[in-house]
Amino acid sequence: MAVPLREILRTKDFVVTAEAAPGKGSSVSKTVEHIELLKDKVDALNVTDNQSSVMRYPSVGICVLIKEHDGEPVLQVTCRDRNRLAIQADLLFAYSRGVDNVLCLTGDSVDVGDHKEAKQVFDLDSVQLIHLVHTLNSGKDMAGNELDGGTDFCVGTTATPSADPLEPQLIKVEKKLRAGVSFIQTQAVYDIDELKRFTEFVRKLDPNVKILAGVVPVIGAKMAAYMNENVPGISIPQHVIDELAQTPKGTGIAKGIEIAARMIRQTKEEKICDGVHIMFIGREERVPEILEAAGLL
Amino acid sequence: MIIAERKPMEEIRREIAPYKKILVAGCGTCVTVCWAGGEKEVGILASQLRLAGSSEGKEVVTLEATVERQCEKEMLAELRDKVEGVDAVLSLACGAGVQTMAGFFEDKPVFPAVNTTFIGMPEKEGLWVEMCGACGDCYLDRTGGVCPVVRCAKGLLNGPCGGTRKGGKCEINPDEDCAWVVIYRRLEKQGRLDLMREYCAPKNARAVKRPGRIHAAKA
Repeated sequence: MAVPLREILRTKDFVVTAEAAPGKGSSVSKTVEHIELLKDKVDALNVTDNQSSVMRYPSVGICVLIKEHDGEPVLQVTCRDRNRLAIQADLLFAYSRGVDNVLCLTGDSVDVGDHKEAKQVFDLDSVQLIHLVHTLNSGKDMAGNELDGGTDFCVGTTATPSADPLEPQLIKVEKKLRAGVSFIQTQAVYDIDELKRFTEFVRKLDPNVKILAGVVPVIGAKMAAYMNENVPGISIPQHVIDELAQTPKGTGIAKGIEIAARMIRQTKEEKICDGVHIMFIGREERVPEILEAAGLL
Repeated sequence: MIIAERKPMEEIRREIAPYKKILVAGCGTCVTVCWAGGEKEVGILASQLRLAGSSEGKEVVTLEATVERQCEKEMLAELRDKVEGVDAVLSLACGAGVQTMAGFFEDKPVFPAVNTTFIGMPEKEGLWVEMCGACGDCYLDRTGGVCPVVRCAKGLLNGPCGGTRKGGKCEINPDEDCAWVVIYRRLEKQGRLDLMREYCAPKNARAVKRPGRIHAAKA
């Protein structure tokens, strides 16, 4: 039996989570492969919710699959595609099937996805969503009605330690902490000092919340430059780009894995935060290499 | 005011294709100010339609008229004679104006020549920006006079999303400031940042029961 994430967060010094991204289509075989590969190597698997506004197999469906394969899922819920009725209904369904970790996110705009003419919902924002989950946890729905069976979700959220300007983001983090979260999985971080500053800020406000630093391996100098330019909330320092630029052709992935593993090691050894959340999008099968190189296997 | 922009010529021509004699009707208020449907634009569109028609060997006869506000029945009455003499009306007013016209002259086909886009204001010459979503539940007291409902690309009420670009630009449009960064800076300047720290509960999305209808007493 997988150990519940809330238990892991309480007891383990360094928590490791990764992603099981749903595919596009009714076939789940590829995702099941990733689940089988990763479920015993990490503490929990996040399942993205129409990631990057690209329509995919539903997050809750993959979460149920992870449970069936004896893994520990984290249901990612964005505010983009569902109104408050639909979100509550999905959360009740998830909980009834044993999925009891939820990560509350805003969600990307439909402009970046593959259904650019879709109506964006955003009936709630991520702070309101956190409140909503606690309302369900109290045995009521958002309208104040008693539920025939409430929930007991372990609630997490995201944050962007590299935001510029940072202050407005930190105010939002403060509101999320007040709403009540057990863990934060950050946007990808490449600058340890940035991560330190963010961790200190959070711990001052809530010493109990666990912070898992986001790790997205960068596999080339060009990709790094592109990400710096185009991926909001990401800032890859020049020394990382230089290191990637000096890498011989064809070894970019290995270098990306090496850099990610080094960062994870440092984070762990210096106890900068409580763990990492590894997102190797589209290369889930190589996550074990990162874990191994970081000494986590 | 209400902002609109003219529809593509092909679309307008498709709308009026079955008709020969057209009244091109402008509105003298919002759409005049935003250069979409005032007297000047009426003149331009009418001559474009005639030219386009004649280049294809099809005669298009246009009448032109602009009333002060197409969204008021009383002001449409003055168009009665002209409307009676044409096969169809092409309205350059906002959606409210087009519908008032279509309801007032029920026997006549009325077509829109503009797309109504938002409630906004002119930021500089030739640039109009959205300012209000007519949500029926004004939040501007909490946000330093900046509306997150429409000026945040996601309509978020408790602060910026994680997508803010470097320098505080919007994730969706790098030329636009993130509304929440604007709110932050303004409240900071006024020493009222505590307002941003307050939790904002989910919005009543039904503050205006659609279709909206307000009975008001004259002051």
